[in-house]
Amino acid sequence: MTQRYETVIGLEVHAQLTTNTKIFCGCSTEFGQTPNSQTCPVCLALPGALPVLNQKAVELAIRTGLATNCQIAPRSIFARKNYFYPDLPKGYQISQFELPVCEHGWLDIDLENGERKRIGITRAHMEEDAGKLVHGDTPETSSNSLVDLNRACTPLLEIVSEPDMRSADEAISYLKKLHQIVVYLGVCDGNLEEGSFRCDANISVRPYGQEELGTRAELKNLNSFRFIKQAIEFEVERQIDLIESGGKVVQETRLFDSNTGMTRSMRGKEDAHDYRYVPDPDLVPLVISQEWIEEVRATLPELPEAKRSRFVEELGLTAYDAEVLAADRELADYFDASVALAKDAKSCANWIMGDVLRKLKETDTTIANAPVSPELLTGLLARIADNTISGKIAKKVFEKMWQNGQTADQIIDKEGLKQVTDTGAIESLVDEVIAANPGQVAEYLGGKEKLIGFFVGKVMQASQGKANPGMVNQLLKQKLTGN
Amino acid sequence: MKITRAEVEHVGRLARLALSDEELDSLTGEMDAILDYVEQLKTLDTDGIVPTAHAVPMENAFRADEVKPSFTPEQALSNAPDASENAFRVRRVIE
Repeated sequence: MTQRYETVIGLEVHAQLTTNTKIFCGCSTEFGQTPNSQTCPVCLALPGALPVLNQKAVELAIRTGLATNCQIAPRSIFARKNYFYPDLPKGYQISQFELPVCEHGWLDIDLENGERKRIGITRAHMEEDAGKLVHGDTPETSSNSLVDLNRACTPLLEIVSEPDMRSADEAISYLKKLHQIVVYLGVCDGNLEEGSFRCDANISVRPYGQEELGTRAELKNLNSFRFIKQAIEFEVERQIDLIESGGKVVQETRLFDSNTGMTRSMRGKEDAHDYRYVPDPDLVPLVISQEWIEEVRATLPELPEAKRSRFVEELGLTAYDAEVLAADRELADYFDASVALAKDAKSCANWIMGDVLRKLKETDTTIANAPVSPELLTGLLARIADNTISGKIAKKVFEKMWQNGQTADQIIDKEGLKQVTDTGAIESLVDEVIAANPGQVAEYLGGKEKLIGFFVGKVMQASQGKANPGMVNQLLKQKLTGN
Repeated sequence: MKITRAEVEHVGRLARLALSDEELDSLTGEMDAILDYVEQLKTLDTDGIVPTAHAVPMENAFRADEVKPSFTPEQALSNAPDASENAFRVRRVIE
């Protein structure tokens, strides 16, 4: 039944820009502070207070626009979006309507079948956030809502896509890509839970082949990628069921409830879409020169996509390794710094994706705070490469390095882990092992050559892992067949 | 008529104004007259004129991204009709 309908999804992302202060006043934007401790006459809408635009917010908007292939408007203006709600002190939100700062962009997403698809970005405009409402949960406040205006007037960039996505998976793919880009650019911290990266989804369905779009519902309250996928999938099914049973989709705002996995109508905002936009006379037009755009362009970092292809084409990594390492900018920087020191990209990739990522996870640490720096890691790799220690001992050394931040050399010295390459010492261990296991020796000589692994293991054990495995192997074969 | 009584009622509701029947009648007449007056602008030839976004010929009034002192919660709430837990207290807005 589902196959008879095509899903159409457009997404609006609100990315909170990483400025220190609000978009129109000097109050701090720091998250999680005492309610109403970051307010002033401007963001409280006291009479006579006037907004002044934060230049940094404009720069971050330009940055995002350039990275998403948008045209940056040489001239844009701010508008008032009028509605009443207790979290909006002025009775209007300062936003952009006509002439937004960015327009006509796109992002390419990778589909499951390996194809790429281009998703249009209609526009990205700057606006101020509203305050935060907490609905009372004590006997004293149960009939009240509490308003915290610390977040009011925080700078947002609303990035609006074209209705180009045809499934929840495509939507998630687009969102993840956009998320990765804004975090890479440093324009947004990308924290979905704290609301720094919020998503509203416009969803409709239509019979295949129909040109005209179906009536859409707007989903709000989506604060994780998993919930977004769940919400879209539920909503698509709901709309199809409704149409199949002879009903009609109503254009409305719906909230996703993560407890039930369902969406429900958000009533009581029936006039909400009559916003009566007017140019805001308190703010003068924003003019962005080509020079300013070029200045910002020059500071753009290498984006994930470019990094991935460089890792594959220049460093010889697999597509999968490149994907993992390029996913996070700091991880990619760590990898690049390691490769610059060690030259061997493949072993850097293996160690970072294996042991480093594992330790980060175990200790709940970010790569920027990893006690083993690229210098320390590559110091360890050098000792493996020159046979001072085996790969196995290196794992132990790495653990110690992580604990105390010492160099591999310091730990190898202190713990006496230097690989035994002295033939005489290894020979005596080999002799002991052969003498102690006559049964296995007989089997080996009888043709069960796989047993070599057993002997190597025994000798390595006897040397506490310090014997050079290559030498052990060679000596064992000589001695066994020489017997 | 440039504006209907129903439109005036709608605009009134958006502005959260409780308008009586008499007020709706008189406002419909007044707003109609205002719109009629403004209509004269339509007789001007505005081809090639850039829409005015601001009355003052000025652009790019910026401030630097520097934190300035804020109010204390007590100051912020000093004019609030009702407050609790450092927050403005209003009638509950969702069920």
